[in-house]
Amino acid sequence: MTVEQQTTPLRVHSVGSRLDRVDGIEKVTGRATYAVEHGESAGIVDPLHVWLVQSTVARGRVVGVDSRAALAHPDVVGVVDHTSSPRLADTDNGELAILQDAEVHFRGQIVALVLAETPEAAREGAALVEVSYDEEPHEAELREDNATHRPDSVNPDMDTDTDEGDVDAALADAAIVVEQSYRTAYEHNNPLEPHATTAWWTEEDGRDVLSMFDSSQGVHGVVQALAPMLALDPDQVRVRAPYVGGGFGSKGEAHAHVMAAALAARTTGGRPVRLAVTRQQMFALTGYRTATISHLRLGADADGRLTAIEHRVQEQTSRVREFAEQTGSPARMMYAAPHRRTSHRLAVLDVAVPSWMRAPGEMPGMYAHEVAMDELAVSCGVDPIELRIRNEPDTDPETGKPFNDRRLPDCLRRGAERFGWSSRPSEPRATRDGEWWVGTGVASATYPAMRMPGNAARVSALDGGRYAVGIGCVDIGTGARTVLTQIAADALGVPPDHVDLDIADTRLPPASVAGGSSGTSSWGSAIVAAAQRFRADHGDRPDAGVETTASAAADPAAEEYAFHSFGAVFAEARVHRWTGEIRVPRLLGAYSVGRVVNPVTARSQLVGGLVMGLSAGLFEESWRDPRFGHVVTQDLATYHVASHADVLDVDAEWLDEADELFTPMGSRGIGEIGIVGTAAAVANATHHATGVRVRSIPITADRFLE
Amino acid sequence: MRAMEYVRPATPAEAVATVAARPGARFLAGGTNLVDHLKLGVASPETLVDVRRLPLDAVETYDGGVRVGANVLNSDLASHPLVRSRLPLVSRALLAGASGQIRNQATTGGNLLQRTRCVYFQDVTTPCNKREPGSGCSALEGYGRYNAILGASPACVATHPSDLAVALAALDASVVLLGADGERRIPFEELHRLPGDDAATDTTLGPDELILAVEVPTTEAARRSAYRKVRDRASFAFALVSVAGAVRVTDGVVEDVRIAWGGVAHKPWRARRAEAALVGQALTADAVRAAVDDELGAAETTPQTAYKVPMLRNTTVLTLTQLAEEEVA
Repeated sequence: MTVEQQTTPLRVHSVGSRLDRVDGIEKVTGRATYAVEHGESAGIVDPLHVWLVQSTVARGRVVGVDSRAALAHPDVVGVVDHTSSPRLADTDNGELAILQDAEVHFRGQIVALVLAETPEAAREGAALVEVSYDEEPHEAELREDNATHRPDSVNPDMDTDTDEGDVDAALADAAIVVEQSYRTAYEHNNPLEPHATTAWWTEEDGRDVLSMFDSSQGVHGVVQALAPMLALDPDQVRVRAPYVGGGFGSKGEAHAHVMAAALAARTTGGRPVRLAVTRQQMFALTGYRTATISHLRLGADADGRLTAIEHRVQEQTSRVREFAEQTGSPARMMYAAPHRRTSHRLAVLDVAVPSWMRAPGEMPGMYAHEVAMDELAVSCGVDPIELRIRNEPDTDPETGKPFNDRRLPDCLRRGAERFGWSSRPSEPRATRDGEWWVGTGVASATYPAMRMPGNAARVSALDGGRYAVGIGCVDIGTGARTVLTQIAADALGVPPDHVDLDIADTRLPPASVAGGSSGTSSWGSAIVAAAQRFRADHGDRPDAGVETTASAAADPAAEEYAFHSFGAVFAEARVHRWTGEIRVPRLLGAYSVGRVVNPVTARSQLVGGLVMGLSAGLFEESWRDPRFGHVVTQDLATYHVASHADVLDVDAEWLDEADELFTPMGSRGIGEIGIVGTAAAVANATHHATGVRVRSIPITADRFLE
Repeated sequence: MRAMEYVRPATPAEAVATVAARPGARFLAGGTNLVDHLKLGVASPETLVDVRRLPLDAVETYDGGVRVGANVLNSDLASHPLVRSRLPLVSRALLAGASGQIRNQATTGGNLLQRTRCVYFQDVTTPCNKREPGSGCSALEGYGRYNAILGASPACVATHPSDLAVALAALDASVVLLGADGERRIPFEELHRLPGDDAATDTTLGPDELILAVEVPTTEAARRSAYRKVRDRASFAFALVSVAGAVRVTDGVVEDVRIAWGGVAHKPWRARRAEAALVGQALTADAVRAAVDDELGAAETTPQTAYKVPMLRNTTVLTLTQLAEEEVA
């Protein structure tokens, strides 16, 4: 039974220290098992392999699936299509309701599954399946004239539009107006480990049970998505994800391949199936970030004090399932301005389903907003850091609540000092080093601090003063297993090596997704609640075997405040005067994120975010061919992410602080803020270097040629 | 089931005879390109004839040059003392390409025979004349940032990706070939071809011809040479454009100059018009610019490739004028 426990602030010992990753040895020695690596020791005996057959038209109907050649392959054991697939009880989720009808909603959609004795045979069998279509005209291009659909809300459940004051009148009266449009490219998450699922069905006590190893950011979420569609109770689905090789949001929700594995396994008479998505397939099936068009209007007085902010967003969703990126959301809370308006309009296209990608909303939104702020700084002749400080709000402009701890100016000043900002020439195109123009840029970063409901943890006493701590959350490579061990140790008042942490299994107490930078805050609070309740119930010398399961009670005091993290990103850019090549020798982020639980894993998160932001700023672009409807830069040779040679002096630091009103650990989330503002800082640095303002990312060499 | 046979002949002659005797046989060397194509369904040979272990791995001098065996690995060639001292252009071009891991696997012959790169060639769900002659060219009106601007045809606008090949084109190398009819030697410039109306064929080699070696003359110009590759990403990216340049200036005028370009055509592009325009001239930025524009008069660009003209002009000027400055210094 789960009880609610009001937590008290943690007395920190291990928290804040540089504990090595508790699963580091397993990972570097190859003993950590990922989703399709589980074998007989995990009950995976004699598995079959599934390969996906994907549509080659963007819209239409499947009129025939000829599987004779595939079935003639000696190692192919079955082909499942929409005529033979097990039926789903609920098809409202258009992304997951695969193989239920003949409709094709986007190019790359799953239209059949091939099961075979080996992965090679499954792949070959998939190539032998002949699918014929009745093709219909499709639309796959985002344009300003077709992004007109107003969604009911934007991710996760925010207002689509906001309008306060009189923006038009304020802009008409403003001494200075910046009015520009900014674009960001389609981006794919591309975690190191492609998506993968092992699935098998058994019968227990007369009931069907579906078991899975899935490369997922949240095992409970997979159950919640799949169970009703398969007409199962939640306890009839068990999902585990002991090790996951990255996600960046793309594994935050179950995508179609997870359902494909469940359906395929239904047809095997109990044999497990393994389904590994290829890198190329990921570009159609596992989510991505929409391209965005941001129309920004900033009005200010002559000193740069904002009077009006308008951020109108155009982007796209898929016809089969709506996802509206909240790109305009940061403009609602970032700076003080009495007149503010935001809106989101979507092109509804016959394309793959967009989803979460690291800092949805904040990443493209702050890119546009922070480049516009740089343009405003230039227009008013005010230093970009001073401009931002002048526009600090007293309270959260969005909610009117006080910020619990808004230390953006401290981040800007501390970063500026370390970066050497004071020696920066105010004029662009002022510094050349040999053949390279040199410039620096700054941008603010922000990310909401979120704690998710629905988390609980279990603490059990073991022999010898040791404790088992269980919670069904997933470590996707962030270091969650390590920091939760530290939190549990401090909450129980024992050393970290006295804690056996068990995670990533839906048989454990429920945990929310490793997303929204909410994991450590949500799961850690539950662990603290369980440990504090355990001590209250069982004392400091408990008998082995006693246990407590608890969740953290909401703190009413916290309702009075707006919780956000903030940061300042500084970039130096060098642009080659003849070739236009861009290099970023220095990148620094200074953050206010509450108490840092583990400096080693935290630094990896923040630096990783900075690198991803650099990569988005200069390289990443999924190029969709509107004639076909799919992304043609569908591998890592043509979808460029930053290489090692592009990542030079990159560092992150943080303010020494603790936010004990937000969590008992004093921490806020750090998973996403590193990518926010980074592309803008790089873009602003290229402008400072060259005097050329590029208003889209990625910024490439050809934009600076003379 | 599609069975694929793998054979490992003991001698070059046996390798050639094996390919000649079996339709659908392909030579396999380092596999860094062909194995990708097997996985993607772009290539489906019936027999793979592995030539990787044939004894073609020597780097040695001959009268007037360096002879490089076809199996010399890219990384070994780049670091070979003979190459570094006498053919620095070759070393720099190699090190500008791919990644350390790939250079450790890729061979000299295989590097030259890699296929042109294009996202549609690698995507079997789209039309491509190179993969399926007559199906059409998806790149003409599709993703075109890397497309050719010189010597392309309506059949194909792909570019050759090899950096090494650009250097060898500049250096007047020769290619030593073995076929069923015996050995022959061709100028490097004749190894690759423009697409014309036959996009499926990248080279002039017969299907059973095997590269045994590349011979590179070690001229004085070869020592005064540079390779400049322009790309968005600092490493592990194909060239937007690249320039291999070599120059000898005597009494203030250009006596010998070599210019080859990568990233602009279906083959490494030897800029002979530009070279001819420069010989006898003072090597000034204006002179190089005019010579490049003369060569680029034939360029055909789209909005996606228009950048290549100024990028190539600037990069060629930069490469040659820096060489001239070094010579003065």
